[in-house]
Amino acid sequence: MTAPAARRRHPLARAALLLTGLLVTGAAYAAVSPGTAEAAQADSADIAAGQQLFAANCATCHGMNAEGRDNAPSLIGVGAAAVDFQVGTGRMPMAGSGPQVPRGTPQFTQAQIAQLAAYVAGLSPGPAIPDASTVDPSRGDPARGALIFRTNCAMCHNFAGRGGALTRGKYAPNLTGVSPQHAYEAMLTGPGSMPVFNDQTVDPQSKRDILAFLQSSESSPSPGGLSLGSIGPVSEGLLAWVVGLTLTVGAAVWLGAKAS
Amino acid sequence: MSDEDASVTQPHAASDGTGQDGTGQDRTSQNRTGQEVVGAEGGLPDRFDNPGLPPHRSRTTDRDPKAAKRAERLVAALFGLSILGTLTALVGYVVVRFPENVPENMDAYLGQVGLSTRVLGIGLAVALLGIGVGAVHWAKTLMPDTEQVELRHPLRSSDEDRAAALSVLAEGGAESGLGRRPLIRNSLIGAMALFPLPLVTFLGDLGPLPERSLRTTFWKKGMRMVRDPEGGAVKAADLSLGSVVHVMPEDVDEAPDKLAERAKAAVLLIRLDPAALAEQTVPGAYQGIVAVSKICTHMGCPVALYEQRTHHLFCPCHQSTFDVTENFKVIFGPAKRPLPQLPITVDDQGYLVARSGFDQPVGPSFWERG
Repeated sequence: MTAPAARRRHPLARAALLLTGLLVTGAAYAAVSPGTAEAAQADSADIAAGQQLFAANCATCHGMNAEGRDNAPSLIGVGAAAVDFQVGTGRMPMAGSGPQVPRGTPQFTQAQIAQLAAYVAGLSPGPAIPDASTVDPSRGDPARGALIFRTNCAMCHNFAGRGGALTRGKYAPNLTGVSPQHAYEAMLTGPGSMPVFNDQTVDPQSKRDILAFLQSSESSPSPGGLSLGSIGPVSEGLLAWVVGLTLTVGAAVWLGAKAS
Repeated sequence: MSDEDASVTQPHAASDGTGQDGTGQDRTSQNRTGQEVVGAEGGLPDRFDNPGLPPHRSRTTDRDPKAAKRAERLVAALFGLSILGTLTALVGYVVVRFPENVPENMDAYLGQVGLSTRVLGIGLAVALLGIGVGAVHWAKTLMPDTEQVELRHPLRSSDEDRAAALSVLAEGGAESGLGRRPLIRNSLIGAMALFPLPLVTFLGDLGPLPERSLRTTFWKKGMRMVRDPEGGAVKAADLSLGSVVHVMPEDVDEAPDKLAERAKAAVLLIRLDPAALAEQTVPGAYQGIVAVSKICTHMGCPVALYEQRTHHLFCPCHQSTFDVTENFKVIFGPAKRPLPQLPITVDDQGYLVARSGFDQPVGPSFWERG
């Protein structure tokens, strides 16, 4: 005779219980840590999509494996920040060769840029894209930022961040209208002629101070009257020569003319 | 017309080519057709007649009393505008004030400063311009404008005046007796020769000589390098490829002449591929990190525009360009000497330190530099 308990159990009950237990545990685990699981999945999808984008748009110059060519640098180890800066500011893909790539309208959506960045970052570790709070200018001190800017940045980008000339047609671009994230990434990666200011030489807080200074210099009024683009003696001299000299010559002609 | 006046106006008439005799007109027409510069019938005349002044042209204000009245009112209005300008500047100075101490709200304060500057500037400009324009308009429309002839006179004095002046000089010389009294003459020469000496001596006290201060900097052996302006010593590991760091000697702010020391000691740290460095640069470098004086050898501007790709250092003042990979050689611009390199190494904690001071004076040339 069998025990009533044993009779009540279905032969597959054990297996069903085990399966239920596994499912519950798995579901609970997935519920507790969904981010990592999904992110890992999205990452590999991003990398694959990024690789396709890269092969279609970048590989002509940078090589199928981003190894670089004669006129295009290797992208191995430049990191996601460099990709986000170069593609996000519309500098890459490059429209034509010249001494320097100008800023332009981005050719890709933010999602595509993220995919490209994921692909390039996957080649070899490099500076990552800083998060929103890292590049928040409101967390910086504009006065300290101005001090750091004057020593480290002003000789190329001008005292007010309006840009300036370098050798042989190259130039330091105007910093007005550059998003804090792109400015931060530029400091981190040193695009083009710009040197690298990594987090050891200029720490993140100092970088935020610089961003805060840039923001305040864009919005502060010009107490001296016309700022003439804040590019220093060039525009001032041009105005003095063109307008001032024209007025002077006009006055001389008027003085010499006979009254009718 | 006198001869002198004719000689003054003759070149003018010649250049016009509008001589009143037939020859002159003939020549002009030949010029225009381009056949012959000098006419076969004699070319240029011996002399041109003085054409005289053009006929006087009377102005509207001379002919029409109403126009004269209008001009008078316009001049008065311009002077009145000047008065308004002066009053604007005065009132603006009193009304547009800003607090002596800079307040919390910087933007509003600066806006007020800017408004004050503009009101004062525009007011004073209108005030002065009104007087000037009014005066010129007055002179041009209402004051007499008939042509006047003033003859040029010879500069040479008459022979009698010249002889009289010479005789006065000779008489004075004889009366002073300088020729007869050598004692007075020689002592006077001595007194005159000695007089400038105190001035020359005073010149020496115009300021201390720079002594050796132009040849030395604050950098000494073993001195750590701190970031400018944030502070904090730099480790060799902090610099990645392509990094630049602006540094100062560690205790430079405690120097008695802090600003002068900072001005001389500014150094740029650059990390590049060690293989790219010139042979002469390598002994002073540390694993591709080079330290170079930021003071341009031309005029002393800070040379800090480092182009990461080309390894060029560019001076923004006069476009001198130095090649970091060629021992800081000048490759463009007015600088004559390469930038001095500061030899560096690391201490036992990994911080970058100077291995010695600069081996030559930094910055622009000076008289005794040699």
